[in-house]
Amino acid sequence: MELASHAKRNVGNSERWISIVGGAAMTAYGLARRSKGGLTLAGLGGALLWRGATGVCPVYKAAGISTNGHTTEETDRQVSVPYGKGIRVEKSVTVNAPPEQLYAFWRNFENLPRFMDHLEMVHVIDSKRSQWRTKGPAGIKAEWEAEIINEVPNELIGWRSIDGSNVHNAGSVHFTPRAHGTEVRVLLRYDPPGGVLGAAFAKLFGEDPDHQVKEELRRFKQLVETGEVATTEGQPTGR
Amino acid sequence: MKAACFWGKGEVRVVDAPDPEIINPHDAIVRVTLTAICGSDLHLYDGYIPTMMKGDILGHEFMGEVVEVGPDVKNLKAGDRVIVPKNEMYSLCDNTNQNAWMTEALYGHSGAGLFGYSHLYGGYAGGQAQYVRVPFADVGPLKIPNGIPDEKVLFLTDIFPTGFMAADNCDIKDGDTVAIWGCGPVGQFAIKSAFMLGAGRVIAIDRFPERLRLAQESGAEIVNYDEVDDVYDTLQEMTGGLGPDACIDAVGMEAHGSTLDAWYDRAKQTMRRS
Repeated sequence: MELASHAKRNVGNSERWISIVGGAAMTAYGLARRSKGGLTLAGLGGALLWRGATGVCPVYKAAGISTNGHTTEETDRQVSVPYGKGIRVEKSVTVNAPPEQLYAFWRNFENLPRFMDHLEMVHVIDSKRSQWRTKGPAGIKAEWEAEIINEVPNELIGWRSIDGSNVHNAGSVHFTPRAHGTEVRVLLRYDPPGGVLGAAFAKLFGEDPDHQVKEELRRFKQLVETGEVATTEGQPTGR
Repeated sequence: MKAACFWGKGEVRVVDAPDPEIINPHDAIVRVTLTAICGSDLHLYDGYIPTMMKGDILGHEFMGEVVEVGPDVKNLKAGDRVIVPKNEMYSLCDNTNQNAWMTEALYGHSGAGLFGYSHLYGGYAGGQAQYVRVPFADVGPLKIPNGIPDEKVLFLTDIFPTGFMAADNCDIKDGDTVAIWGCGPVGQFAIKSAFMLGAGRVIAIDRFPERLRLAQESGAEIVNYDEVDDVYDTLQEMTGGLGPDACIDAVGMEAHGSTLDAWYDRAKQTMRRS
């Protein structure tokens, strides 16, 4: 996980003041509630405060939006995972199967919830677009529409959320043949609800994206290699 | 069904638990006909292994009769007699351990899922019960032909391979002398395995007369460490000053002894249990 660096201001002045005032109110109200939900709210408020104080919105950045009068780098729209911005996760696993099989499985995004625990569903709209819904960190549901922006059969798939989604994210998965199967490498960059601070709060509740992606890749390997995901849910205990 | 469950440090209870059911397509349900308590169950009992939960069903050495198989188990059917090796789960690597991240955090690399051996190793309900769910039943269990009694094959699930591997690691040459500390189950199997692999002499060291007697019946020469001044000197004398060609420690944790650190260990265990 790394924090945005060299970020440029992309939030207009009036919007910055609204962020500061609104963020401060949310933080104060959230902390006063002294509950899990309140903490999350305080996290969101903190993120808003930070956005207002610095004038940098990582979500705007990812989407190539600026309300500060000039646009961000046009190149950002072309890459699936802009380097060094927002929350960035990179994980890999080696799966004992040919790239063609893994690519075909992954390319049907509706397969993803079978091993991605936090995904509630993915609905494929057409050959490029799909609808995603997560269970979300700390119980907050998130939903977005994604489009495939890059694909090389049997090698890589890159996608990004479409402007107007409530969680902005971009990701790519790469399949490379190796001696013991196929190396599957996932790069993910996203701006969680509540920004970097929100993510830090989510981590407090055990929602660490780094860990999550690693576990999901492990389950992907289990599913492909054995045909099932190991579980003990539903087994007897003496409790 | 009845099941032996971990109930906290120093407490095991036999309680009623629900019967297991097929969960995944490679599962089988086995009716347990014979099971054993392992020395490593002691580590759980004494609280050395983290992530045990009250009510966890114990047992990783068991065998029985298949009563039901999942749709993807093609090589077993109801009525088959099987042993279920704890060790076999290892060969599937961490694909069987749903909590692989825990062991990875502890050891740097994850082991496999184990039956009845804490949530570190997947949290699978064990075989000290009337019935057990066996995941990946198409690769783990070994079919046993009728006519061989349970008592002859049960030890293949864990304890015999453990003793055998100790002897195998000694790289025994014909006629070698092997000294084995500890005549518990692992030590007994190490004695038999050492002879199997060509040892000429096996010297077994313990202090319990019944264990030493069993070792003697397997052909070992015995040393009761309570009755000799010094085990090292005794071994040197017994081998004409050469010493044994190989030595096996078949004691591990929770050892007895009379040295200073043995007393420290005993004090520590007593404190932990209270």
